[in-house]
Amino acid sequence: MVLAVSPTRPPDVIVVGAGAVGAACAYHAARAGLSVTVVDRGPVAGGTTGAGEGNLLVSDKEPGPELHLALLSTDLWRELADALPPDIEYEAKGGLVVAPDAGRLDALRALAAAQSAAGAEARPVPAAALRDLEPHLAPGLAGGVHYPQDAQVMPALAAARLLRASGAALRLGEEVTALLTTAAGRVRGVRTTRGDLHAPCVVNAAGAWAGSLGRAAGAGLPVRPRRGFVLVTEPLPRVVRHKVYTADYVADVAADTAALRTSTVVEGTAAGPVLVGASRELTGYDRTLSLPALRRLAAGAVALFPVLAGVRALRTYAGFRPCLPDRLPAIGPDPRLPGLVHACGHEGAGIGLAPATGLLVTRALTGGELPAWARAFRPERFATAPKEPRPETPTPPR
Amino acid sequence: MPTSPSDARDLAIVGAGPAGLSAAATAARLGLTVTLLDAAPRPGGQIRRHPAPGLRTGPPDPSLRRAQLHPLVRHLPRHHVWSAARGETGLWTVHAVTGDDGDGERPVRVTARALLLATGAHERHLPFPGWTLPGVVGAGGAQAMLKSDLVLPGRRVVVAGSGPLLLAVASSLAAAGARVPAVVEAAGYLRYARRPAALAADPRKLAEGAAHLAALLRHHVRLLTRSAVTAAHGTDRVEAVTVTRLGPDWRPLPGTARRLPCDALAVGHGLVPQTDLATTLGCATRRTADGTFALLLDDDLETTVRGVWAAGESAGVAGERAALAEGELAARAVARRLGRPAALSPALRRRRARLRAFADAMTAVHAPGPGWTGWLPDATEVCRCEEVTAGRVRAAVRDLGARDARTVKLLTRAGMGWCQGRTCGQAVARLTAPDGRPAAPERRPFAVPVTLGTLAALDDTPHGKEPR
Ligand SMILES: Cc1cc2nc3c(=O)[nH]c(=O)nc-3n(C[C@H](O)[C@H](O)[C@H](O)COP(=O)(O)OP(=O)(O)OC[C@H]3O[C@@H](n4cnc5c(N)ncnc54)[C@H](O)[C@@H]3O)c2cc1C
Ligand SMILES: Cc1cc2nc3c(=O)[nH]c(=O)nc-3n(C[C@H](O)[C@H](O)[C@H](O)COP(=O)(O)OP(=O)(O)OC[C@H]3O[C@@H](n4cnc5c(N)ncnc54)[C@H](O)[C@@H]3O)c2cc1C
Repeated sequence: MVLAVSPTRPPDVIVVGAGAVGAACAYHAARAGLSVTVVDRGPVAGGTTGAGEGNLLVSDKEPGPELHLALLSTDLWRELADALPPDIEYEAKGGLVVAPDAGRLDALRALAAAQSAAGAEARPVPAAALRDLEPHLAPGLAGGVHYPQDAQVMPALAAARLLRASGAALRLGEEVTALLTTAAGRVRGVRTTRGDLHAPCVVNAAGAWAGSLGRAAGAGLPVRPRRGFVLVTEPLPRVVRHKVYTADYVADVAADTAALRTSTVVEGTAAGPVLVGASRELTGYDRTLSLPALRRLAAGAVALFPVLAGVRALRTYAGFRPCLPDRLPAIGPDPRLPGLVHACGHEGAGIGLAPATGLLVTRALTGGELPAWARAFRPERFATAPKEPRPETPTPPR
Repeated sequence: MPTSPSDARDLAIVGAGPAGLSAAATAARLGLTVTLLDAAPRPGGQIRRHPAPGLRTGPPDPSLRRAQLHPLVRHLPRHHVWSAARGETGLWTVHAVTGDDGDGERPVRVTARALLLATGAHERHLPFPGWTLPGVVGAGGAQAMLKSDLVLPGRRVVVAGSGPLLLAVASSLAAAGARVPAVVEAAGYLRYARRPAALAADPRKLAEGAAHLAALLRHHVRLLTRSAVTAAHGTDRVEAVTVTRLGPDWRPLPGTARRLPCDALAVGHGLVPQTDLATTLGCATRRTADGTFALLLDDDLETTVRGVWAAGESAGVAGERAALAEGELAARAVARRLGRPAALSPALRRRRARLRAFADAMTAVHAPGPGWTGWLPDATEVCRCEEVTAGRVRAAVRDLGARDARTVKLLTRAGMGWCQGRTCGQAVARLTAPDGRPAAPERRPFAVPVTLGTLAALDDTPHGKEPR
């Protein structure tokens, strides 16, 4: 299916993947004057974008390149909220990170101070003031930090609206089976289940499946799926106002383990249901329901918001976070295969980081230099350096 | 999960309809301990739950009564099963909450060596303008209402949609004193004539249909085939319907509409197998002749997940007698797997194959044609819970890149409400799929809603022992 009029001459760029990241790449590339074709084997937002949540967080980013990317995205999302239809449900609701005890509060405060120094807004909240922000929070928490910049969108609609605004030609239900290369070792297009498509540049925004896209052409990446479940409750009046999560979350994201980890993440949505996350485990592309994961999610939510005990979960779903060994995304040109630009591996932050990713990718597509801080995302870091696990965060793990 | 094998039953059966009861009776006869869970307060499933004075459904098969009373069968009514899973010990755990909808929820679990899903089917609804008016009821729902407390949905009731159930519903309504001006059937009954072999396989079913037809004749009920109710009219309640002739693909033929006064409409477009628990367990499905999905079973009625069997409508809509036969076959297979002597019963297998072949032929005849969307204007609501119109569903496909019901749900909220798409899912899926035929079954990981408190306390859930 081709939704927009496909250009008669080859496009300037083919984006593989119609998730949030591919959509943002298409949007920025089109705004820079490039003609874009987006190819996806499924529908729009049929991958992880349609199976996660839509938090746009600065609060969970450690100072450094990732926080840079998040802060840039925060600004871009605010602009997009004005440019795109309101049904993307952008809401600048703010985040509240809470610590159950003094030890974890110290670590959280230390992280917040460092984030502040790097330009994020982070305001310590004493225990006594927590309930002014979230009236239904459980008693006995040691304190927290409020992050007013944290926001939220409805990810599937955001991706769909970005794509529509981009004017890109959409080819859905068409799988990319190989990259086409020239004798000189440059990309010249993609082979799909419906034929060959030619373009001088290809963007790899294939999410949790991005690792294998360039493998046959010698440009693979070690992307793995990191499974996460979300519980969705019946619609409620505003019981939870912010995105509220426990300080353990940051450590979980950074953890280098395959075993199931859960931290408590609770948020209301514009439509009423409360979303409960977040579990992380490396189980391959297995969608089978895991009751142990759900039990831990529910227990965490009820511990944080006791009123939720009597609230019904209507559904649950699993998504696969695209995860690279150092939990940072790969953004930029692949020196092994000129013409190939990666935009993948955003783990649990691909919605939030999509716009800044699109901007960096467009810079690369138009021949510009990437800023120095973006060197941390260079795709070739896995080709050269031995895999070294990223150090744990200052937050002491449970 | 700390489950001592001593708590475990040989067989847990979800669903106490004809299939589940037949399986329970057979399993108990073969010496297996059985726990039978059902959401309803009384056993019997969709058609036998309500002993119906004066109605022709007759008393439940005596073997089914015995199933309930057999000392090896523990019947747990009012148990809503929300999930089933295989535990570390290899035993199956069935998770349920007790109570009538919405009150007194109490979590219970049952562990068993084998699991049988006999969860039946639910009605398919294809929307049309006015379908949400008071006085418009599901055909099967009308039948159930009638059986439970002899309430008629109205005095002048049009019966419409497609499928053999319509004739049964119309004759029950007429027998109970309603005026039925017409049965409006979208398929052409002549199409049966094209499948003589399969139909000859089950003469009893044909005789049943003939009996219904005779009853309808007696009550002066007209049978309009190749026709559909394409709109219901009224302000506070349905006052009339528009009946339109259909082409072979169910497209409404212009210039053929006429109005039929009535004060109720019982409408249903066939049944959809209830496969939520099974697909969450990973059981594979097959696409049926009418474009829905039923559980894929082997000759022993085992699903593609070892240790999980199914019987009855969850494996494809085939009627009560097929459900009874399958319950027995499945129970025998379970017994053999658990090392008990149980004969294969080739005769019963043949009987089941015959009944299934008949049902499949009937399903093909009544499969909704793609033209049905011709009676669905953009302004008509498709999802009642979230108030999503057909126009918005179409726009999500046309403008936003949806290609399946799941994406439409994300982009429009259709199917996100309380019923989780049980009412609108079939319509949305058909409106959305590029060829009008959904590619995969809907997924509902929770077969019924469950509180976060129950989920959180999963490891401390008591074992279901005695009925309340
Ligand atoms: C439970 C959970 C909660 C989350 N919460 C958040 C959150 O609150 N905030 C946040 O920012 N992020 C969150 N995330 C992470 C976020 O969802 C992902 O980082 C993001 O969706 C990745 O987007 P993407 O476009 O890279 O990938 P995807 O959305 O998966 O898109 C990739 C697309 O590529 C297509 N594709 C793959 N291979 C091919 C091929 N060979 N040919 C054609 N098409 C192909 C796929 O069909 C897919 O549509 C969460 C994730 C999970 C699982
Ligand atoms: C609304 C309706 C009306 C019908 N009316 C007629 C009729 O008038 N005449 C006729 O010949 N046929 C009728 N049928 C068809 C008839 O139901 C079948 O032919 C036959 O009864 C199927 O038997 P079964 O055991 O497979 O399923 P069912 O009889 O449907 O039994 C399934 C049982 O499983 C239970 N169940 C399902 N999911 C769960 C869960 N998650 N937790 C706990 N319990 C669960 C249900 O409560 C139900 O009791 C009707 C079907 C429907 C849906």
